[in-house]
Amino acid sequence: MSVNSQNFKRADAKDIEEMEIISQNQGISQNDESYLKITFKRFVRNKMAVIGAIVFIVLIIVALAAPLLAPYNPDLTVGTFTAKPSSQFILGTDEVGRDVLSRLIYGSRISLFVGIFSVLMYTIIGTSLGLLSGFLGGIVDTVVMRITEVFMSFPYMMVVIVVVSLIEPNIGTVTLVIGLLGWPPLCRLVRGEVMKLKKADYIQAAISSGYSTPKILFKHIFPNVFSPILVTMTFGIATSILTEASLSFLGVGVTAPTASWGNMLTNAQSLTVLQTQIWRWLPPGIMILVTVLAVNFMGNGLRSAIDGEAK
Amino acid sequence: MGKYILKRILIMIPVLLMVSFFSFLIINMAPGDPADLYVSPDMTQAQIELTRQKLGLNQPLLVRYGLWLWNTVQGDLGFSFQSRIPVTQVLPSKISATVQLMLVTLVFSYLIGIPLGVLSAKYKNSWFDNLMTGFNFLGVSIPNFFLGLGLIYIFSLKLKLLPTGGMVTLGPSGGSLGDRINHLILPVIVLSTFYISNMIRYVRSSMIDIFQENYMRTAVAKGLPQRKVLLKHGLRNSLVPIITIISSDIPKLLGGAVVTEQIFNWPGIGQLMMLAINSRDYPMLMAINLLAAVAVLIFNLIADIMYAVVDPRIRY
Repeated sequence: MSVNSQNFKRADAKDIEEMEIISQNQGISQNDESYLKITFKRFVRNKMAVIGAIVFIVLIIVALAAPLLAPYNPDLTVGTFTAKPSSQFILGTDEVGRDVLSRLIYGSRISLFVGIFSVLMYTIIGTSLGLLSGFLGGIVDTVVMRITEVFMSFPYMMVVIVVVSLIEPNIGTVTLVIGLLGWPPLCRLVRGEVMKLKKADYIQAAISSGYSTPKILFKHIFPNVFSPILVTMTFGIATSILTEASLSFLGVGVTAPTASWGNMLTNAQSLTVLQTQIWRWLPPGIMILVTVLAVNFMGNGLRSAIDGEAK
Repeated sequence: MGKYILKRILIMIPVLLMVSFFSFLIINMAPGDPADLYVSPDMTQAQIELTRQKLGLNQPLLVRYGLWLWNTVQGDLGFSFQSRIPVTQVLPSKISATVQLMLVTLVFSYLIGIPLGVLSAKYKNSWFDNLMTGFNFLGVSIPNFFLGLGLIYIFSLKLKLLPTGGMVTLGPSGGSLGDRINHLILPVIVLSTFYISNMIRYVRSSMIDIFQENYMRTAVAKGLPQRKVLLKHGLRNSLVPIITIISSDIPKLLGGAVVTEQIFNWPGIGQLMMLAINSRDYPMLMAINLLAAVAVLIFNLIADIMYAVVDPRIRY
């Protein structure tokens, strides 16, 4: 599935181009770099994916440079209560006189932090368990699969809400809980891939040559399951950002005074705020949408590039 | 088939035991004492102890879990800490509100998602297909609370067409079928956006795969009308993968219901859960967790049974 339309003529031209790239690299086609190059070229051809990647990079820069970019301290009262947007406060102020624009800029830190680190965490857990469970099989596999089944029969969002709110709602807990609960789907994916790979001749050869299990797992199997993991991670970041925003919106995620895009919308549940103070809830909502959209476009582009063709 | 269903139901028991034990562990390890709700400043230490004793909070964790399990098996889910009435009395009306919302959402999503997916596959790479792809990206990327608030802003506050929340209009004018439908429209749109997006995507890719099959080419070649080829030969065969997706999305739907019910003030399980969390109402939270897990497991079972119904090749 691709975002941009592709008519047959263009697809043909692309195929030729691709064949050329492959033939150019024929002599060194075993080289990893050529594969990376081809994948990268395919990714760059997908306009929406490139736009997504650029937006994502800009957001990371904004998050890192927040203190330089924000006109005010996001947590302090700097103006009158609920002031309309003006030249002094470009996006107005909230109910205690904090600058909405500054809070918006600092909010990017929360979304990106939770998105990236929770996914890194569950990728490590899910990949290790998936590798082990798929490669070793037997009792290890049975136990790990039963555990994933239990995890997956919890309604994810409900469990996250309960756990985060009961422990202590803050950015660390949100990241930790998403990181600890999110691994089962990835674990199953990696396990499935490993089971397929295990039958491959080169793995069988490695096993019969007496290579140690860790060496086979990390040197021969892991590089071959890396692509699907990377795609899952990208989509995972989008989901985690949405989860954090929903939690914070409900008041059980990142809580005030710390600004998060989700909790900036909490007050819009009051109909007065919703109707008369649009500057307070529209910008953070749009920021969440744009960020998640960018990450999803990126993930989609990555998937098509790795699969080899834009379906 | 009967034997298979029985086996599946028996497997649910250990899973539910683990789910309930983990829930119990998490809920009871949390800081904050539910007895605080019952304690007033003028109570003596002895009175506080007595309250804790009455609530059963002073026993070891495993004993409390055992007691909870024993009572639950007998259909007694305990008293809500907050409202002090039996949990089993509170639940039915809340369950019915949530089920209403979810059922309408499911039916609505099928009615919209399947035809759009089929058309998207048939006119692959056309402007329509691209429009649908765009809609998919928006649908899975928009936070449902933002969509909900946006819809309330436009349709309730600006256009004044639909109510801002609740299940019926309060007072004598409320409660008619039309009134109920009016209250359902916005929450159902919010809840089904994600679902419809997924449905279109899965139906589309499933149909595109099936278009490559030989029997599809045969059907076209022997001159069957296009509609018949599409619906009878194509759609029927694409149903199997679609059913998997639907059942695996049920937990997401339940999660989405929490946020949606909160925004639209819908008196269902999701809203009850947020109330229970804020008042640390442990018996209520345990009951809701258990209920949600049972719902997910039952939907998985229904999906497995449906496989056999739509695809006679599958035998258990």
